[in-house]
Amino acid sequence: MDFRLGEDSGDFRSEVVAFLDEHITPELKERVYRTGVSHDDAFTKALVERGWYAPGWPVEYGGGGLDPIEMLVLYDELRVHDAPTYGIGTTTLVASVIREVGTDAQKAAILPRALAGEIVIVLGFSEPEAGSDVAAAACRAVPDGDDWVINGQKMFTTNAHIGDYVFLLARTNTEVAKHRGLTMFLVPMDQAGVEVQEVRTMSGERTNITFYNDVRVSDEWRIGGVDDGWNTMTVSLRLEHSSGYASSLERLLRAGETWARETVDAEGRPRVEDPDVLEVLGRTAASLEVSRLLMRRSIWVGQNGMEVTAQGPMSKLFSSEALERRSEEWVEVMGPDGLRSYFDPTAPVNGELEHMLRHSLGTTIYAGTSEMHRNMIAQRALGLPRSK
Amino acid sequence: MDLRPTDEQQQLIDAFSAMYAKESSPDRVRVAETTQGFDPRLWDRLTEMGVLMMAVGESAGGWGASMLDLALVAEQHGRTLGSAPLIEAVVAARLLERVGATTSLAQQLSGERLITIAVAPAGGGIAKMVPAGAIATDVVVLIDGDLVLAPIGADRVVPENSGAMPVADVAVCDGEMLATGTDATAAFDAALDEWLALTGAALAAIAARSLEIGVEYVKEREAFGQKIGAFQALAHRLADSAAESDGAGLLAREAAWAFDMEPERAPLLAAMAFAFASETARDATYRSLHFHGGYGFMLEYDIQLYFGRARAWARVAMSPTQAYRRVGARRLAATSATAAGGE
Repeated sequence: MDFRLGEDSGDFRSEVVAFLDEHITPELKERVYRTGVSHDDAFTKALVERGWYAPGWPVEYGGGGLDPIEMLVLYDELRVHDAPTYGIGTTTLVASVIREVGTDAQKAAILPRALAGEIVIVLGFSEPEAGSDVAAAACRAVPDGDDWVINGQKMFTTNAHIGDYVFLLARTNTEVAKHRGLTMFLVPMDQAGVEVQEVRTMSGERTNITFYNDVRVSDEWRIGGVDDGWNTMTVSLRLEHSSGYASSLERLLRAGETWARETVDAEGRPRVEDPDVLEVLGRTAASLEVSRLLMRRSIWVGQNGMEVTAQGPMSKLFSSEALERRSEEWVEVMGPDGLRSYFDPTAPVNGELEHMLRHSLGTTIYAGTSEMHRNMIAQRALGLPRSK
Repeated sequence: MDLRPTDEQQQLIDAFSAMYAKESSPDRVRVAETTQGFDPRLWDRLTEMGVLMMAVGESAGGWGASMLDLALVAEQHGRTLGSAPLIEAVVAARLLERVGATTSLAQQLSGERLITIAVAPAGGGIAKMVPAGAIATDVVVLIDGDLVLAPIGADRVVPENSGAMPVADVAVCDGEMLATGTDATAAFDAALDEWLALTGAALAAIAARSLEIGVEYVKEREAFGQKIGAFQALAHRLADSAAESDGAGLLAREAAWAFDMEPERAPLLAAMAFAFASETARDATYRSLHFHGGYGFMLEYDIQLYFGRARAWARVAMSPTQAYRRVGARRLAATSATAAGGE
């Protein structure tokens, strides 16, 4: 057994940190927060030029050709630095699906532009009436000659207002079981009938509800088979293999520790001497270490041909729930000062901890709620019956 | 990173797993409860297999096993609730080696004496709730700033306790001075770090085994026309314990590994492993016991054995809250050292 991350990860990490220190300026961070848009053209271009836009993709596609450990380090630092990568994440996810199941024409049309950072692809899975039960999607696609006509709504289509395409899950068959009547499309956003309505969230991130009113999409933009959309979705879910929030816990720990070192209480005693502060610091450090181990294990089992059960869901569940809990504890232990908002000039450590609590609420919901992950763990790791 | 045990580590796991299956069955654990929580036959088998020899270096006449090897044994010990002073005797032996108490160490290795360690400092001349204090001949104790190897007299008080542990309150009168001043506290702290790491490994295994027992039960038991494991009210809490238990196991192995491979991180990781494993074992044993319904409350079912030890094995040293404070202090010390080193 060996718990070292890798021989060279120290040097590579320094390279990444230097790059991010240069490009993630305080102004960029504040703009991302104030607009709620986790995407920035200049930063995206810089990542493309550095070869880190699609770090795990083969070099012949324009990817970075990084090994899994380097990718882990890169993703880790991107999140610790709170880099605006949400649009990049969804774009490369959809690009990966197209690489696996798309036609040659689709690959030629999308992949080069995606990997050059020229287009943004957003996700259109959830609906107002279909969240965790995503296969209950009601948004309809009806064939009309060589086209499909789409009518319906999608929820949480983050970045739709700057997106070029939406990767849309639509119902194409109402006569069969719900999983078997779905089809995926790549729908151009810039057309009549597509309406984007802003939705603001607790964390400050802007997302959207999108409306599709007689939107036409050519059958050439169907991704995967007709009524085979569930399998295409499954490809995208499988590609999200290394989900976890260790790096967010790292950000929380650094901010909390900085606050504790820099602050004294009303009697002038350093907060680092307060047993309550020490406890929260200790709990956060432990949550971080466990989250790291669970995430690295989920990657390791996949790479080493070990049996994959629920290592991925354990990583996502534990780290997101721990992030929420530890954020609560930091804000509580800070007393009234913990209420001061992110980027408020009076806020300690720039209000990072206040923001992290709001941010953490989304992490236990998106990419599969904690409840869905508990179901997966119960069935796959513990062998319990399917539960309701 | 490589999470697979090496061939040698796997052989070690297999050998101890087979021995514990035979010598620490639930029946044997129950029998040992009638003899102050000590099973002399299990202890004989452990010493025959060389657990004390493993603990010390070759120059002291031992085999120089790694802390990770010792943690793999501690896992099997926790899994089967071994009624023997494995961790205390191993940690005491390593401490005696470090402070150069050659004669006492030789007697510990030969079995002439059984030396344990008081994991909480003594106060008022008495070391309270000393693990293995009921059966040991001597105890290493931090008292008034000195580290002393004290004989345990006939006046020791052996309390009945909720973990069926062979603990004792020991009056410390005289003994062999092992270290004084900062040397004493440093030697005690180093031993306590090792005890925390190995106990963390044992507690993580208690969590894993108690979760298995709970899962086995909810897969069999039916209520309202279905297996009760199909109810999310149960399944989801077991799923939380599954993630925590896996995390505790990984962290305990990482902490033990660090003693030999990244020693500067070991004190931090040891406290973390103990804190996290003791909470995880506490919650997993509670959930598994509770999901047995009334049966879990009956002494006849094994889960109650795990419930008691998950608490007692940890609590003789400190609560999870105290352990997390220790983690916080270790983290501050580590980041201060890094900052100072970088200047």
